[in-house]
Amino acid sequence: MRPTVRFLTDDLVRQILDEARDILTKLGVEIHNPGVVKLLGEHGARIDQDKNRVYLPAELVDRALKTAPHGFKLFDTLGNQTHDLSGLNLHFTPGSAALNVLDHETGAMRRPKTADYVRYAKLLCGLKHIAAQSTAFIPDDVADGISDSYRLYLSLRHGEKPVVTGTFTVESFNVMKDMQLAVRGTEAALREKPLTVFSCCPTAPLKWSNVTSQNVVDCARWSIPVEFISMPLSGFMAPVTLVGTLVQHTAETLSGIVISQCARAGAPMLYGGSPAAFDVRYETTPMGAIETMMIDCAYSEIGRFLGLPTQAYIGLSDAKLLDAQAGLESSVGVTLAALSGINSVSGPGMLDFESCQSLEKLVLDNEACGMALRMVRGIEPKDDFPALPLFEEMLKEKHLLIAKHTRRHLKTEHYFPGKVIDRANRPRWQESGGLTLGARAHAEVERLVREWTPPRVNDDVRKELKRLMSTEAKRHGMERLPGNDE
Amino acid sequence: MEILKQIAEALQQGDDEKTRALANDAVAQHATAKRILDDGLIAGMNVVSEQFKKQDIFLPDVLLAARAMYAGLDVIKPLLLQEKVQPQGRVVIGSVQGDQHDIGKNLVGIMLKGAGFEVTDLGNDVAPERFVETAQSENAQVIGMSALLTTTMPAMKRTVDLLAAQGLTGKVKTIVGGAPVTAEYARSIGADAYGYDATNAVEQVRRLVKGE
Repeated sequence: MRPTVRFLTDDLVRQILDEARDILTKLGVEIHNPGVVKLLGEHGARIDQDKNRVYLPAELVDRALKTAPHGFKLFDTLGNQTHDLSGLNLHFTPGSAALNVLDHETGAMRRPKTADYVRYAKLLCGLKHIAAQSTAFIPDDVADGISDSYRLYLSLRHGEKPVVTGTFTVESFNVMKDMQLAVRGTEAALREKPLTVFSCCPTAPLKWSNVTSQNVVDCARWSIPVEFISMPLSGFMAPVTLVGTLVQHTAETLSGIVISQCARAGAPMLYGGSPAAFDVRYETTPMGAIETMMIDCAYSEIGRFLGLPTQAYIGLSDAKLLDAQAGLESSVGVTLAALSGINSVSGPGMLDFESCQSLEKLVLDNEACGMALRMVRGIEPKDDFPALPLFEEMLKEKHLLIAKHTRRHLKTEHYFPGKVIDRANRPRWQESGGLTLGARAHAEVERLVREWTPPRVNDDVRKELKRLMSTEAKRHGMERLPGNDE
Repeated sequence: MEILKQIAEALQQGDDEKTRALANDAVAQHATAKRILDDGLIAGMNVVSEQFKKQDIFLPDVLLAARAMYAGLDVIKPLLLQEKVQPQGRVVIGSVQGDQHDIGKNLVGIMLKGAGFEVTDLGNDVAPERFVETAQSENAQVIGMSALLTTTMPAMKRTVDLLAAQGLTGKVKTIVGGAPVTAEYARSIGADAYGYDATNAVEQVRRLVKGE
């Protein structure tokens, strides 16, 4: 049995959905993109042109829910399937788009450079429980105009895993789509084998900016999967109660589904989000708050109730260092996400309210992900019945260390974490340097970056990616890209 | 000789039947028992120990290799006697007086045998006198004592003291281990070594036998 956790009854889910539909019908959403407004009007939405308001009747929402696919797959740059985002399948990806990195040497948070991103991309190749890359932070040594496309470029240049990403402008979509075409070869191949997921965020409450709504439409037209990232803040830009926050999240996410399905029926997407409790003492949005995680789990139940694949920003921490708070908050989140059946969990590596990535924390979180992936495989009998013969063998041989049963099941029944997790007895730990978690994590970062091997995409793809990026950089006034990205 | 390399490889694979067959072949090809032991069995076991240390392989793999080691040793034992080859060392082990726990001690025994030591396992609840007498009758260089209880640990000191009283200090070395035992405790009772786990115990015994 796959272990699961539930926070909502089906009745409560239905009620939340009804309330959300009611809000979409009567209050509508504000959309700052005339093209998208027109599109929705053509599909039966009522439009208030002056206020940029679009009222979505229940029939339109229901039609969108009918055409929204119940899952999709992702494929790496070589075309191998890595993800099946459906059912209760569990995949992890680093928390995305941080402004800072935590510098292990100085202990300071600072703006990242290209070199940091390359190290990150190389590290991620070696973290086997994190199935997708994400464009985890924003190098600040390139022009703002390419800060989105450049991250995708670096990820595709240094890694093979699919990429969770997004654009900061309408224009960037083009080159980011072209990079994917370069990897896949043809438009048909890209539609058949998605390589990326684009995050598209409505603005609380009930608003879509020009950029994000256009992204939803553009992605749908190219069959590029999106994840809707609704971000209600309980008690500030959303009702203080968790149910009230869920109503808002549901309304915002349903509006995203409508935009996407109107642009192209059947466009792939994740029922996602990044809601948060609002801490009225510090004016912050704690991702490590238990209520934040409860809202995440609960909306994923709503998504699954609708038959849709889900995503959440969960498993993050608000700590400023790789300390015990970081471990506590992240592991509670990862565990709950796994039990909740969230399909794509965005969180590993992230500190300080989604604003800081740490390579060392990624190494640690990779182990939390490994543990969670083991946990959801549950407890199943494996050659365990009848039990008697094995016990007879144990009494006869005095142990089962080399029993056939042990050898057959040892490595699948038990998860063996990497070196960042200390399980040595104390003398052995002391003998190997008595290292702290931070030091062990850093040693693993260094090892994995050192052992990185270049991605196996062919030279033509590599050259085309470089050409696309250089052209885009020049368009934004950069004659050369930083460092030697070879 | 190619066959010795094959013995080492079969042992690394934990294949006791193959190791036994290859040891027989090697004898038939007139390899000396000493070479079969040193360049085949122990060479293979050294690789296994290194892999285990690096966590490339796990304990069951080591124990399978140890079992293959026994299979090979079975074949060459008579020849080793003829050639008067001395084993790596002779060790007497047991859980100390009053202590019925033997899981850790058993593991140490398996690992020591796997490393090519001759091991006399006295079992549980072993009195100091029995440790000392057996060490002398078996001509052992090392006594290994295990305790799981703080209440039985003093029996370790009594054994060390008994060796001293009989003028055997330095001739028969002592190593202690077990969950409550520490390096400090080992030092405080005058034991020659402390093993913090089975692998470490083998390393320590090897050191003691070499006279380091």
